[in-house]
Amino acid sequence: MIKLIGLHKSFGDNHVLKGLDIEVKKGESRVIIGGSGSGKSVILKHIIGILKPDEGDVIIDGINLKNLKENELYEIRKKFGMLFQMAALFDSMNVWENVGFALQRHKKNKPGEIRDIAIEKLKMVGLVGVENLMPSELSGGMKKRVGLARAIAHEPEILLYDEPTTGLDPIMADAINDLIIEMRERLSVTSVAITHDMNSAYKIADKISMLYDGRIIETGTPEEIKNTANPVVKQFITGSATGPIKIEGVNHERTLNRA
Amino acid sequence: MIKLIEKLGRTIIAFSEGLGSILILFLLTVKQIALPPFEVRNTFKQMLEIGIKSLPVVIVTAIFTGMVFALQTYTGFKRFGAEALVGTVVALSMTRELGPVLTGLIVAGRAGAAMAAELGTMKVTEQIDALETLATNPVKYLIVPRFLSGLVMLPALSVCADIIGILGGYIVTVGLFGASSVVYWKRTWDFLEIDDIYNGLIKACFFGASIAMISCYKGFYTSGGAEGVGKATTGAVVLSSMTILISDYFLSSLLFK
Repeated sequence: MIKLIGLHKSFGDNHVLKGLDIEVKKGESRVIIGGSGSGKSVILKHIIGILKPDEGDVIIDGINLKNLKENELYEIRKKFGMLFQMAALFDSMNVWENVGFALQRHKKNKPGEIRDIAIEKLKMVGLVGVENLMPSELSGGMKKRVGLARAIAHEPEILLYDEPTTGLDPIMADAINDLIIEMRERLSVTSVAITHDMNSAYKIADKISMLYDGRIIETGTPEEIKNTANPVVKQFITGSATGPIKIEGVNHERTLNRA
Repeated sequence: MIKLIEKLGRTIIAFSEGLGSILILFLLTVKQIALPPFEVRNTFKQMLEIGIKSLPVVIVTAIFTGMVFALQTYTGFKRFGAEALVGTVVALSMTRELGPVLTGLIVAGRAGAAMAAELGTMKVTEQIDALETLATNPVKYLIVPRFLSGLVMLPALSVCADIIGILGGYIVTVGLFGASSVVYWKRTWDFLEIDDIYNGLIKACFFGASIAMISCYKGFYTSGGAEGVGKATTGAVVLSSMTILISDYFLSSLLFK
């Protein structure tokens, strides 16, 4: 179970999270939606302990990350797998070395087995025969798949997805959505995804939470979110430029007049 | 006037902050060196990168420095009949100063820039965050091997530079000016003390460690995409070179009494 309580985080003068609360149950697939630069990635980085909150608590399976020593924090990270927005593959290693990285680091398997496990995980994400390529030789969609294979290689209990469909064409995006659903069904993991792609959110979420102005302003099933009464959420999910959400640096008078 | 003082103050604060952050990173690095597992494979890879691959440039630099040194001192010393001392001058300046400093500057430009650019790119493409999510300490995985390689390979390269520089001096003095080979070697060994070499190597160790720490720090705290990586790389080379040249004076005044 993932629990964030009263999270505050600032970067310089920019107060990104302002007392954020969220609770994700075991086995649940939660999607957090919100505008660009609203702090969605910051939430994921708090969950996995890369960022430390200025105030508030992050509790993973009953353990408060605040109380952990450095080596205990690294130990708890073995429960996690994370897919990055641009995949973040190690460009000095080939595909199977990327996928097998955690296995090789934590020495749970014999060196000879790692390549086979990596190939098997690549197969799970629909990639065959790419294990010896370098990341620079892959397309964007393939990189994401390799990133996903790397995230699941050490059989984590929690998967975090940072904008899994951003930058992909609609068909590839849908294929990634299907993969995310498949991962949840096959590996029965808890997952938290952040996105501003509503098609993806409706498809992969058990519950959707909307992040706005540093807080979660609404949480509900995809159906509940679609029929929301909250004007902010409504504006976001319909993708309208007019409404209570202000777009930074844009002259609203003009936008409104033209609308 | 007040603006000038404000600007100066800001520069000093930024400088102190930077220095403090490098020191903290250094302490974290030392802590990670002591803790298992040891990054043997990565360290050897970095030694190859920093040491062996810098060797050709170090050889060329050292041989021509030795040669030009002999050329200048021979013609200069001839004016007062001291050309027999060329061997001594070349040997002392190579071991005490030029060996470590030139090697340091070459490694700063070659390996330091590469370190900052590689780590900087890893930072802006979230590869360093990815290491964390794969339960791998980036200080241990990325900085420790580079730090150890700098610490070990700079003195090693420096010894090569010393020897090759002295040989360069020999080529010019004996080969070009036809001075006696025996006198060159005798004058070289007569006045060269083991402390000259030893203290030169202590400086080289310091330079190696500084280059690695500064370059890794610059890479590790890169922000702002491709431009940021460029800035980090330039910053790493400039700051490493400055550190080498400035600390060289103070280390020399401490070590050579």
